[in-house]
Amino acid sequence: MLFIEAHNISKSYSKTLAISDISFDVKKNELYGFIGPDGAGKTTLFRLLTTLLLPNSGTISINNWDVVKDYKTIRKNIGYMPGRFSLYQDLTVEENLTFFATIFGTTIKENYDLIRDIYVQIEPFKTRMAGKLSGGMKQKLALCCALIHKPELLVLDEPTTGVDSVSRKEFWEMLQNLRNSGITIVVSTPYMDEASLCDRVALMQNGKIMQINTPQGVISKFPKPLYAIRSDDMYLLKNELVNYIDCESVHIFGQNLHYTSKSKVLNVNNLTLFLEEKNHTGISISPINPSIEDCFIALMTENSTSDAK
Amino acid sequence: MQSNEPVIVVQNLVKKFGNFVANDNLSFEVYPGEVFGFLGANGAGKTTAIRILCGLSRPTSGKVMVGGFDANTESEKIKTNIGYMSQKFSLYDDLTVRENIRFYAGIYHIPYNIIKTRTNDLLQKLGLEHARDKLIHDIPLGWKQKLAFSIAVFHEPSIVFLDEPTGGVDPITRRQFWDMIYEAAHRGITVFVTTHYMDEAEYCNRVSIMVDGKIADLDTPNNLKTKHNAANMDEVFQKLARGRKY
Repeated sequence: MLFIEAHNISKSYSKTLAISDISFDVKKNELYGFIGPDGAGKTTLFRLLTTLLLPNSGTISINNWDVVKDYKTIRKNIGYMPGRFSLYQDLTVEENLTFFATIFGTTIKENYDLIRDIYVQIEPFKTRMAGKLSGGMKQKLALCCALIHKPELLVLDEPTTGVDSVSRKEFWEMLQNLRNSGITIVVSTPYMDEASLCDRVALMQNGKIMQINTPQGVISKFPKPLYAIRSDDMYLLKNELVNYIDCESVHIFGQNLHYTSKSKVLNVNNLTLFLEEKNHTGISISPINPSIEDCFIALMTENSTSDAK
Repeated sequence: MQSNEPVIVVQNLVKKFGNFVANDNLSFEVYPGEVFGFLGANGAGKTTAIRILCGLSRPTSGKVMVGGFDANTESEKIKTNIGYMSQKFSLYDDLTVRENIRFYAGIYHIPYNIIKTRTNDLLQKLGLEHARDKLIHDIPLGWKQKLAFSIAVFHEPSIVFLDEPTGGVDPITRRQFWDMIYEAAHRGITVFVTTHYMDEAEYCNRVSIMVDGKIADLDTPNNLKTKHNAANMDEVFQKLARGRKY
């Protein structure tokens, strides 16, 4: 069953086209990710979904409610966590939660089951001002506030931006638990590694969706065999690979360079010889599976000819 | 990475806010031309330490020397000898590209004729000549971050502090940004950088990981991975920061 249906939506701010003719659908009980850098249009899109902005063209429905006609119903039935920390800094943890429960006509007690696993982690600090919490705790409180009225849909705009790698992993575990308990979740992130934790992802760049797929589906569409290459001098290695006659792309990925060749199959012996002639030592070349980030870079490169300024 | 006199010396740095110990006896050194990764969990005390190193806050106790100046007594001298850039604040949106360069260069007392020639060189190098009179507001984020970095090192500081410089940046620009970091380090500028991207931790010469106000470990990425029996820097980070208090 489709829960969100968006058809050909566009949105511009004076001259700037923020969202350019995009369409997608989200199934009930799906954990759906919009993956892309700043400026891709994620926040604009989420404001359209949450009825805070009107599209210039196109239609969006949530649970068959129209974002223009039925905005009041939609607002009662969704939980929205905006990108910027949106809670009252001068209220305590508990006061913030009570406030959000009250404006949605409910109480903390009534829906405590839903937030228990998350709230127990911040409960020891319930009398602390929200503004005095660390990044990871602020994010947990914001999630509790978005959940307290038991929404059918959670819309989370970059909940993990600026959050350390440990807290990010914990946050995604919480999202997967919530999805398993029946809530539909739409989430955006600039961190490519988080895409693999979604059921489906839309890869966004410059107001457009480059691809919609399952994380595995995105990876299986990567056009070429990918290799991890390293040597004892990574800095020189990259410059030399760029100039190698059969090189199609080379990008640094942590401790390795990720490489694709122009020819269908990489001739490992030839490349090894080439690097040995350049006096590289500790050369290692091995096939690897692409990550979402590899796929994103490949899609960006494919599209860059049309976007070149 | 060169092995001469350290450009940053921190000895037994303690910073308290009331009873709360934000920096609990930190000691480390950073060398000229080094790319030094300063990692840590949220709330571990990174921002507090960076503010002290930049001369914006004073240690409760301990010795902090930056570029040869004492953070206790010469914080104004520290400020003129370092560069700083963060993702959250870098350039003025309502000034043009050239106005931003002139503004920052002016703050660091660079003579006007030098500003002029260096501005032209810089715009040419970045391929931004056509955008010289555009408002920062109107240029793409990727260009903005590269320009912000170039401006942070425009006065050729001995050290540049980069606070999450690549947050939210697309994966291609992120890599171009690191090319610029290497180039600056190659010119002898020490780069002190924080990031939440663990692949970027691999690009540092040495990495310090803070947990609960202390440095949990500090070493080259390779040594850290061996020591903690981890396949990559993310695993190292997970192992050190999982049990944190804050």
